[in-house]
Amino acid sequence: MRERSLQENLMKAVFLISTLISILTVALICLFLFANGIPAMGKIGFYQFLLGREWSPSDLPPAFGILPMMLGSLYVTAGAILIGVPVGILTAVFLAKVCPKPLYRVLKPAVDLLAGIPSVVYGFFGLVTIVPMVRMLFGGNGSSILAASLLLGLMILPTVIGITESAIRAVPGELYDGAVALGASHERAVFRVLLPAAKSGILAAVVLGIGRAIGETMAVIMVAGNQARMPEGIFKGVRTLTANIVLEMGYAAELHREALIATGVVLFVFILLINLLFSALRKGGRP
Amino acid sequence: MEKFRLRDVSLWYNDFKALKDITMDIVSGEVTAFIGPSGCGKSTLLKSFNRMNDLVEGCKITGSIQLDGQDIYKDPNINGLRKRVGMVFQKPNPFPMSIYDNVAFGPRTHGVKSRLVLDELVEKALRDAAVWEETKDRLKKSALSLSGGQQQRLCIARALAVEPQALLMDEPTSALDPISTSKIEELVTQLKERYTIVIVTHNMQQATRISDKTAFFLLGELVEYGKTEQVFSLPRDKRCEDYITGRFG
Amino acid sequence: MRQKITDTLLRVATWLAAALTFGALFFLIAYILTRGIPYIKPSLFALHYNSQNVSLLPALVTTVLMVLLSLAVAVPLGLFTAIYLVEYAKRGNPLVRMVRMTAETLSGIPSIVYGLFGMLFFVTWLGWGFSILAGTFTLAIMILPLILRTAEESLKAVPDTYREGAFGLGAGRLRTVFRIVLPAAAPGILAGVILAVGRIVGETAALTYTAGTVAQIPESLMASGRTLSVHMYALSSEGLYTGQAYATAVVLLVLVAGINTLSAALAKKIGKG
Repeated sequence: MRERSLQENLMKAVFLISTLISILTVALICLFLFANGIPAMGKIGFYQFLLGREWSPSDLPPAFGILPMMLGSLYVTAGAILIGVPVGILTAVFLAKVCPKPLYRVLKPAVDLLAGIPSVVYGFFGLVTIVPMVRMLFGGNGSSILAASLLLGLMILPTVIGITESAIRAVPGELYDGAVALGASHERAVFRVLLPAAKSGILAAVVLGIGRAIGETMAVIMVAGNQARMPEGIFKGVRTLTANIVLEMGYAAELHREALIATGVVLFVFILLINLLFSALRKGGRP
Repeated sequence: MEKFRLRDVSLWYNDFKALKDITMDIVSGEVTAFIGPSGCGKSTLLKSFNRMNDLVEGCKITGSIQLDGQDIYKDPNINGLRKRVGMVFQKPNPFPMSIYDNVAFGPRTHGVKSRLVLDELVEKALRDAAVWEETKDRLKKSALSLSGGQQQRLCIARALAVEPQALLMDEPTSALDPISTSKIEELVTQLKERYTIVIVTHNMQQATRISDKTAFFLLGELVEYGKTEQVFSLPRDKRCEDYITGRFG
Repeated sequence: MRQKITDTLLRVATWLAAALTFGALFFLIAYILTRGIPYIKPSLFALHYNSQNVSLLPALVTTVLMVLLSLAVAVPLGLFTAIYLVEYAKRGNPLVRMVRMTAETLSGIPSIVYGLFGMLFFVTWLGWGFSILAGTFTLAIMILPLILRTAEESLKAVPDTYREGAFGLGAGRLRTVFRIVLPAAAPGILAGVILAVGRIVGETAALTYTAGTVAQIPESLMASGRTLSVHMYALSSEGLYTGQAYATAVVLLVLVAGINTLSAALAKKIGKG
């Protein structure tokens, strides 16, 4: 009897310790990032860092302005959303409300496959198809905001489609029936009643899509050009915040390295803000 | 005046024959109640009147259902049919929009755009459904903020807003409390002057309270049909008598 | 009339969007398969990498190794935490909220930030250098929120009646958890694990500067090695072995398809049981 309770207490302690370790891990990451990043921003100067238009770490004196990269991330993400969200929502409508059953059995695993393809494969694909296509149609190098937006738009499709489809299916069937019983056409019932009813799910899909697009690194560096300067139009190349980190972290030293950590902090905060915005929107939307 | 004429109507869900050679006339200006044990086909038959069964995969129907002398299954304009024959469901299903937009949805679907006309239609429908007083000051609020009974009356208003000729009600009070139920029963008695009403109900007392005619169904067959007082006091068929006296069901 | 036009436009747009989505997928797969399969030769799977065979076998081995090791770290941690939260923590325990916030925060962080952290902490500060160990721990932290969330949901989904039945028979909490609750939650937890495997296989940014990029089978945990995804990135950026890059992509696609099929089969089993 006593032996059992010793074992019980021991395991309970083990579980508790696991929990504490899990919490500590995040605390560790946050601490590390912020403890290195914020002072770095201070050293460089907050204004020069966040709004500086020049990133030249090897100049004397070095410039660590990340505005070009912030804009790069912004434009590329915006482009991805513009392309990926409408196509994704409509495809979700297709899967949930239009698609015949035998076709669905093929297409649903296809969406899951899209979701699982590694970013390098997407990046490689973009490199060998999208970039030459952009080059051919619009001149220039091909590595551009346009190419990155197209590729990222494709990459966020499975996220948008998956969540939107679930949200549509979760809407009670009586709502559709009610609309149709009033004489509404199938399209009117779907687009005027079902989609608005699935609003919060669709919003979640968009937010997750944004998160995925901002955080994407490997695919983007293969198609976006990576020039660390202010964006010069959608047919020209840009560098995103994520690309900035991965391209230089291998050899950065001292202040340069700290500036990269600070870039990581900016990314972290961006995503945190987006999630907070999403939570706030969701609470505000409820009656 | 017959509103609906059914001749030898049979319905299959894939291989299962849910309705067997139903022949009956529904008269306008009356409330007709469909009663019977679960699974007897009364809801299925109701949903054939506005072709909601078309939405069910594997559903096949034979025989003829005529509305005002025209076979509804030969008419390509299904949406027009559903405008003339409205439906209220068992569970209140207001759309996640404002009360105003809920009621205006039907008229907007059928082409009404003028704000003035819509305002009038919405008010009239809400009055006819005896829910105007409770909603006139919150038309822009979400319909989901109403109570269950109010939501159901809103759904009735929504159905009335398209100015139908007939109203189909599928167990409209089974999900509601007794007070809401009696309010809706009162409403039905008022509405029958202007509409043909067919109501499916599990509650025999309800049928005796509000209906003029009653049809008793069993296993897909129409077993007894006639004036309500007669069906409940002197049923001709033994099966009907057994159901009414509570021997089964 | 105008409604009919809108209806038709919407219908066309819906079909078009679907055609675009699945057309793109089909095109991608076909493109890679047609250009990659010709390069799938036995030499591609040689045990030792050299610039002649450009073998991907070392990368494949490293990938399997990373998956197993990362899971070995993250699954017990995540599972035990989930067990504590669901089975032991009383209502209103602040730890529950803390862990939830933790998991939410962690799951939003881009993988490159994990990579940066991993490089600075495991590689540099702890002095492990570019090593399998550094990569393992970085990946473990990355998949922790996923394992945690699925484990928690799976445990919560087990009906209380199971637990009550066991307690009623005199079983202690520990025994109940391990003999009754866990087996019932196992398919769901496994599904989360498979998802995590998928993420690990596809991960590049977090590994390039933690586990490194050496193209041979690692000899020890402190040695550096590249996974398939890292290998693929290296090949495509070098620009010399395009054919082998396509071949690596094919192998990656096959792996992903396999993982998805496994996960779907598991989902069906959960649905039945």
